[in-house]
Amino acid sequence: MTTDAQRPLVPLAPLSARHAEAPPSRVKISVAGLNFFYGDKQALKGITTDIGANVVTAFIGPSGCGKSTFLRTLNRMNDIIPGARVEGRAAIDGLDIYRPGTDVVALRRRVGMVFQKSNPFPKSIFENIAYGLRVNGIAGSRSELQGRVEESLKAAAIWDEVKDRLKESALALSGGQQQRLCIARALAIQPEILLMDEPASALDPIATQRIEELIYRLKESYTIVIVTHNMQQAARVSDFTAFFWLGELVEYGPTHRIFTNPKEKLTEDYVTGRFG
Amino acid sequence: MRTRSGLMRRVGDLAFQALGIIVTLAALLALATLIYDVAHDGLGRISWQFLTSYPSRRPESAGILGPLVGSLFVIGLTAAIAVPAGVAAAIYLEEYARRTFVSRVIEINIANLAGVPSIIYGLLGLGLFVRAMGMGRSVLAGAATLALLVLPMVIISTREALRAVPPSLREGSYALGATRWQTMWHQVLPAALPGILTGLILALSRAMGETAPLITIGALTYVGFVPDGIWSPFTVLPIQIFNWVSRPQAAFAVNAAAGILVLLVLLLALNAVAIILRDRYQKRLA
Repeated sequence: MTTDAQRPLVPLAPLSARHAEAPPSRVKISVAGLNFFYGDKQALKGITTDIGANVVTAFIGPSGCGKSTFLRTLNRMNDIIPGARVEGRAAIDGLDIYRPGTDVVALRRRVGMVFQKSNPFPKSIFENIAYGLRVNGIAGSRSELQGRVEESLKAAAIWDEVKDRLKESALALSGGQQQRLCIARALAIQPEILLMDEPASALDPIATQRIEELIYRLKESYTIVIVTHNMQQAARVSDFTAFFWLGELVEYGPTHRIFTNPKEKLTEDYVTGRFG
Repeated sequence: MRTRSGLMRRVGDLAFQALGIIVTLAALLALATLIYDVAHDGLGRISWQFLTSYPSRRPESAGILGPLVGSLFVIGLTAAIAVPAGVAAAIYLEEYARRTFVSRVIEINIANLAGVPSIIYGLLGLGLFVRAMGMGRSVLAGAATLALLVLPMVIISTREALRAVPPSLREGSYALGATRWQTMWHQVLPAALPGILTGLILALSRAMGETAPLITIGALTYVGFVPDGIWSPFTVLPIQIFNWVSRPQAAFAVNAAAGILVLLVLLLALNAVAIILRDRYQKRLA
């Protein structure tokens, strides 16, 4: 099973030691020996980890370390990329999402995603939220649809700003509003897991703060996995932090410990800003 | 040193700008001369009588009704054949087909087909539609031939419009649990529509000006009637113009000029429709 290619490039503590502090809550996502390839290039090397339910887990690491790639394996978003290949196991609620015959469309309904660059559809604010409900055949009647749209916009803390302009184009909103609209859109279909790929990296500090407050509130109902470049952000919003480096999961544990008492020299160097 | 190179750069910039203006003016001048010449000869001939009469041996009582209706009929039918087929092919190639050797061969051949002379399509139409499929020298055979002619252009321009849709739009749709078809139909196609429309109208404009393939399949040059169905014989504007130009009498040359004006107005109207549609969809998206 362990080939040279999968062997860590840096001396790491034994797996058992690195994963001694598994999440205290119920395990939602369980990944074992996950390798990912873009063509010949291996982007993820033997990722093994458990992600807890109803907590915020942050992935940190320098650019190109594989954290976004890993996030996108969790809703099989990488399937779209030609030449992409996955090995190993990634299970949600104990069921491998890469087993043959998996309904990818149904999987993505359960695992919502918010992207780095906000990508509202070029439609009205209302239609942006209603789209997910329509394609999944969730809301039957007009009034049910309206109720769900309002509920989602409220959950994403943007209702008060847009309630009088639901028919206007979503592209007229500010960057921060667009990103919250995208969060509302993801929430509308009531996923179990919310993946966020640097959701605030293109936003100003105030908009970022609103997103972070939102994440804090959403973890009551959702399992949240967030990729971030910003270590302060990871420290602020997450309960658990995973540090990635060159396609490997170097260290994973409670956020507080990762930032104050990392076990790996590499982690320490990164979180103290010595590289990256 | 720095100022000198700055000066050189400004001179170079100005020289290129001047060259660009001259070349543009030359092209515009040629076009203006052409239009002036045609309008000078033909404008006086355009009348209700000219638009509503059939051909005649006497130039002053000849008209353009047959070819005018024939052109509109053929182009309408061409669009009805080429647009669904071309757009569907483009969607398949761009969104569904795997990048295999076969799909690459198909792509290269479509690009090559776009460069094949139109008379070759005429020969194909004659052999395939007129003879083998027994359509005869009908509107349907003409439209089918022109549809084949513009199909590569429709496919190529539609693919480019689809490719210009940002990937983030597709990802956003997939991430909400939309299927490939739902993503295509609700997000990608509407976003690509302005570009697709532009390509379609350009392709149909080209079809409207084509003469050679229709002569090859045997479109008539003297039509004393309006085509009454897809099996009817027909003629089109360029053929009628060609026919009049080749007559010895000067009065027929005037008719030809008037016919050219009618064709130009038709083409401009088609382009105007394209621009209006595109603007309307772009406004809706913004």
